Amino acid sequence: MPDPASRPGLLDRRLLFVSGKGGVGKTSIASALGMLATQLGKRTLVCETDSKGNLADFYSSPPLRYEPTEVQAGLFAMTMETESSLKEYLALQLHLPLLSRIGPIAKTFDFVATAAPGVKEILTVGKFAWEVRERHYDLVVVDASATGHVVGQLAAPVALGELVRVGLVRQQTQWMHDLMRDPATTGLVVVATPEEMPVTETIELLDRVEHETDIDVACVIANRVLPELFSRPEEELFGKLKAPGARAALRAAVDAAGGAGGAGGAGGGTVLGEGTDLVLDAAELAVSLRRNRAEHLDRLRAALPPGLPLLNVPYLFTRSHGVRTTRQVAEYLGQELF
Amino acid sequence: MATPGSSASRSASSRSSAAGSSRRRERNTSGASSIEQLSAAKEILISVGSGGVGKTTTAAAIAAQAAVELGGKVLVLTVDPAKRLANALGLERFGNTETRVGVETFQEMGITPRGELWAAMLDTKQSWDDLIVRHAPDPGTRDAILANPLYQNLTGKFVQSHDYVAMERLYEIHSSGRYDLIVVDTPPTRNAVDFLDAPERMAEFFSSRLLRWLIAPYRSKVVNMASKPFYAVADRILGSQFLADIAEFFILFQTMQEGFVARSQSVAKLLEGPATSFVVVSTLEAAPSHEAAYFMELLNDRKMSVGALVLNKVLPGYLVDRDGARAAKVFETAAAELAAAVTGRPGLSAAHSVELTRMLAELGENFENYSVVAKREAEQRAELSRLADVVATVPYFDHDIADMVGLLRLGEQIWR
Repeated sequence: MPDPASRPGLLDRRLLFVSGKGGVGKTSIASALGMLATQLGKRTLVCETDSKGNLADFYSSPPLRYEPTEVQAGLFAMTMETESSLKEYLALQLHLPLLSRIGPIAKTFDFVATAAPGVKEILTVGKFAWEVRERHYDLVVVDASATGHVVGQLAAPVALGELVRVGLVRQQTQWMHDLMRDPATTGLVVVATPEEMPVTETIELLDRVEHETDIDVACVIANRVLPELFSRPEEELFGKLKAPGARAALRAAVDAAGGAGGAGGAGGGTVLGEGTDLVLDAAELAVSLRRNRAEHLDRLRAALPPGLPLLNVPYLFTRSHGVRTTRQVAEYLGQELF
Repeated sequence: MATPGSSASRSASSRSSAAGSSRRRERNTSGASSIEQLSAAKEILISVGSGGVGKTTTAAAIAAQAAVELGGKVLVLTVDPAKRLANALGLERFGNTETRVGVETFQEMGITPRGELWAAMLDTKQSWDDLIVRHAPDPGTRDAILANPLYQNLTGKFVQSHDYVAMERLYEIHSSGRYDLIVVDTPPTRNAVDFLDAPERMAEFFSSRLLRWLIAPYRSKVVNMASKPFYAVADRILGSQFLADIAEFFILFQTMQEGFVARSQSVAKLLEGPATSFVVVSTLEAAPSHEAAYFMELLNDRKMSVGALVLNKVLPGYLVDRDGARAAKVFETAAAELAAAVTGRPGLSAAHSVELTRMLAELGENFENYSVVAKREAEQRAELSRLADVVATVPYFDHDIADMVGLLRLGEQIWR
């Protein structure tokens, strides 16, 4: 593990794999990282490895294809298709241009790729490594597999190199491996939400990545972190506010202020008094949700190797979605990084 | 501990109009109006949904509740439970073996279950090995397969192999007749449909002409003319040793083809049949909801039974209350006035007025923040509820469910 001072900056690397337990916002973070890099002037490619993924939604773009789409100036997005990758691989790397025109054979090869371990992974990882090697982009961000399978993806060049002793594939795996194990070039970003399973799987993944791959972990991102509603003195005040006497005074005051403000006009009597109770209930809900999550966040923090950065992206209380949300997440990431 | 103001609901169970029942037929739903009825009527309940929505916990809760309330032998077959949940079910020590959850676990809570709760965890590697042992024609083939590096890679790393073996194990247990109800948790795949197709895909794989084509040259020295160019290319790319390894593996596997194909078909039939129903689990966040809707539509298309929809981590309904929203607005716009009004109450002196004003405004903002999310959730819920007859809603819990008390509380919540 490199010491913290020499750890390359997240966006100074050229190939980032983003993983995490399913449902933690992996794609959201990957798309936002790409956008942030573009804002810094980097020509960036963001790729989803799952052809059923929804990366396009995060850029509010039309459906993505294997050929990159420029979703914003300097920001490209694509979706991985093994068959297209295979054809490109055969044509560009193995110099077998003819083969890309022989449909059935490509199909058969795809079948072998599906059945033989590591081949499919290498076609995926190899495509990204190639884009990096050829310097087509300043940064390639990969929305990689979830925690359970990403190690297989990252270790593919090594695993395949062990299985295939000779042949062109063997030579191909070597440069990929060299590129991927260089921390100045390649890094893994692990996304977690402050919940039990995402944190547990993140800790397990960090351990597996260290022992089973040569990939450097660039950072861990805690996503959807709930804001702290009260400081400690405020929490005490809140306790006093809920006491019967104060609460009754508050209810009456809200009612009076609400009526005077002409809020709707229908609110006579204790209507807003009851509303007041709901506002207080919502505060208690927020505090208890935050407390539960804070425990998991502490557990995550405690388990991280020294020097590994932990970035926080807050929970977004917003109606917005699509590229608007991605922009917000990118902004928070920027604040954490710079 | 449930958050205040929430409760289980069955949004669609009251829908008994003619239109409703014809839709029900067309959807091949179970006809059950609660998870209780569903558990009583079915032999297999399969819990599906995207990762992180509480699928495993929901499956365990239904099984525990069924064992307590309905009696009989109930098994929960889980894939990858959280450590504390595994502990609660006694799976830490037993793993792949079916193990009864001790009756003292219930007695400590003052409950005497009517039936027995059993639990087992799916160990993919172990289950695959068992499968090979069962299907291999002779000990030599068996050992050769178990020792093959490709086999080890395939069973350990392939997503699809998890899916297949989970369904295979389910079939095995079901046909043993040892349980009255089996509640299954499905592997955390990005696409929840994959495991449904796994048996069929496995059958296709073994009967595939491509496979025969591929291994033909290793069976005889005569390379078939059609496959010759393929081998020339494949040789150059992969090296012939690797190809030979692959071929050996497939040749060995082919000896078990008949067994696998027949079994795959039986598994598929079981999943489609009347003994099985699906419990779709989701939260009301955008991505899981989308996945749940897609999955329910797909099950309907395939004439499979959508037994129930369980919505987890739902925010309480009071957050969309209009008076709450109006009061919250007052908190924000008139925070100073409100602070003045409560000053003088115990512990709230004039010295606190700045802090108090800020806090009151934050309280208003907090309500509005959660209100935005709750409204979004309500929309999602209305949309999803159209796709299932039984919809159970589970509020946010203060703590993760880590013991039998928590499981039964959840079970109780969604049961009726």
